[in-house]
Amino acid sequence: MSVLAYTESENGKFRKNAREVASYASEVARQMGTSVTAITVNNNNPGELAAYGVSKSLDIQDPKLKVFNARAYAAMIAEIAGKEGAKVIVISSGADAKFLAGLLAGRLNAGYVPNVVAAPQGTDPVVVKRTVFSNKGFAHTRILADTAIIGVSNNAFGKVENPVENTVESYTPTLDEGLFGTESVEVDKVVGKATIADADIVVSGGRGLKGPENWGMIEELAEVLGAATACSKPVSDMGWRPHSEHVGQTGKPVASNLYIAIGISGAIQHLAGVNAAKVKVVINIDPDAPFFKAADYGIVGDAFEVVPKLIEKLKEFKTQTA
Amino acid sequence: MKILVCISNVPDTTSKINFTDDNRTFDTSGIQFVINPNDEFGLTRAMWFKDKQGATVHVATVGEASAEPTIRKALAIGADEAIRVNAVPADGYFVARQLAEVIRSGGYDLVICGRESIDYNGGMVPGILASLLDMNFVNTCIGLEVEGNSVTALREIDGGKETLKTSFPLVVGGQKGLVEESDLKIPNMRGIMMARQKKLQVVEPTEAPQAIEDTQFEKPAPKGEVKLVDPSNVGELVDLLHNEAKVI
Repeated sequence: MSVLAYTESENGKFRKNAREVASYASEVARQMGTSVTAITVNNNNPGELAAYGVSKSLDIQDPKLKVFNARAYAAMIAEIAGKEGAKVIVISSGADAKFLAGLLAGRLNAGYVPNVVAAPQGTDPVVVKRTVFSNKGFAHTRILADTAIIGVSNNAFGKVENPVENTVESYTPTLDEGLFGTESVEVDKVVGKATIADADIVVSGGRGLKGPENWGMIEELAEVLGAATACSKPVSDMGWRPHSEHVGQTGKPVASNLYIAIGISGAIQHLAGVNAAKVKVVINIDPDAPFFKAADYGIVGDAFEVVPKLIEKLKEFKTQTA
Repeated sequence: MKILVCISNVPDTTSKINFTDDNRTFDTSGIQFVINPNDEFGLTRAMWFKDKQGATVHVATVGEASAEPTIRKALAIGADEAIRVNAVPADGYFVARQLAEVIRSGGYDLVICGRESIDYNGGMVPGILASLLDMNFVNTCIGLEVEGNSVTALREIDGGKETLKTSFPLVVGGQKGLVEESDLKIPNMRGIMMARQKKLQVVEPTEAPQAIEDTQFEKPAPKGEVKLVDPSNVGELVDLLHNEAKVI
């Protein structure tokens, strides 16, 4: 009856959201009076999650699972859920987790609730708070099915240290050949740069930057802050920046600690998509831009003057605090 | 190639969201309903397959009669036939069970859904469908090419993209990138007239449980006043972010 945490690894190390998933599962287990079993795939140190309340780490080392395959992963999690008798499975809000979530819900006839932002309000039945209407509202959602799949939002519940005794058990899933009908042939991924999903800080540019040739200062600001770069919908529609950077209601959601919007007026669709960011800063020449009503800090000014000064001040700040 | 595009009937992206009935119900008054944007990218890609590769395109939705203008719009854009399962779309699991029946009886090679609807953001329907029907599945799909029975799909991943090779029968959870924003079609008069002649079949729902239930809604807490920093004193912003907000 343990709570199952499906954790994601990259190059043998846990992703940031793995710690958040483990922490959330640990809170569910505390409420239910049970313990957490974590599924770890091709990770070099599966026991590391003991720090976040995981009592048992299932260590899966399988070359067939080296590249993510949603159907195979969903089958593996379903198999383990059966063996562990798990009624609650906690997953992240990453692209891979969202890919397998529906497959897993279909296999287990489970109730899947994504975008969960707070600890459960109850576990019998499971009731959780999630964002709906693309962050324009929240719902309190009750799971009616026997099995619950909870998708925790990035950076919402956060990671909570809660060291426990941990055992690592090696596990070999049964992987039917029929699961591999979809094959990954190429992965094109930015390395060594923060992604919008994982970054603590996101720096975003809008139409106010006038053209793609002016993105140098956005990238420099992001580099100084160790931030991911993003953009508004018009900017990606005009092809100034890739779609993968588009944040907003129909783009990627932002849930970072800090979001800096430069030259973005703040259409309702954009504001919805970035609503989960903890602290929002807006730099815009138009004092009437709607974003000022949604931001914590603002500078009314010309981005082409303000941003270079901000970069300079941040560099000074970094040398002082280094 | 026989394609089914699954359509969700959702509030327009510019809608202000309110709740009524003691915050237990979404307030639809004054709300304009549209084809879910993620579905519309998929529908437009399906029209491309119809024009270039001779595909037949059906659309399906689970909804009451009030959803018909949205499905008619899909016909006006160019879909050949429509199916409406006459039921309140209680949750993603229920909807997927209904659509699975439509797909079983229609024998589709390719099922295109949006990666999520922009109202409840469940994002589960395409995955549950693939699971119930034992079909291949590509989510957050931003590119789709078909050659005979073999499919090359591009998928968005955290921090990049992945190219996948797969085959029919296939379920896709699509989004912008399947086609560009500028490729979206506004139905013309001829399309609207023709849509009136096209078959819109209403089928009764199959017995299926609901897996989750929203019991209460709330709106985000109102934001406090923005703290403005003078553009001549950018250092103050750095100071505030470090000492007050503690985010750098």
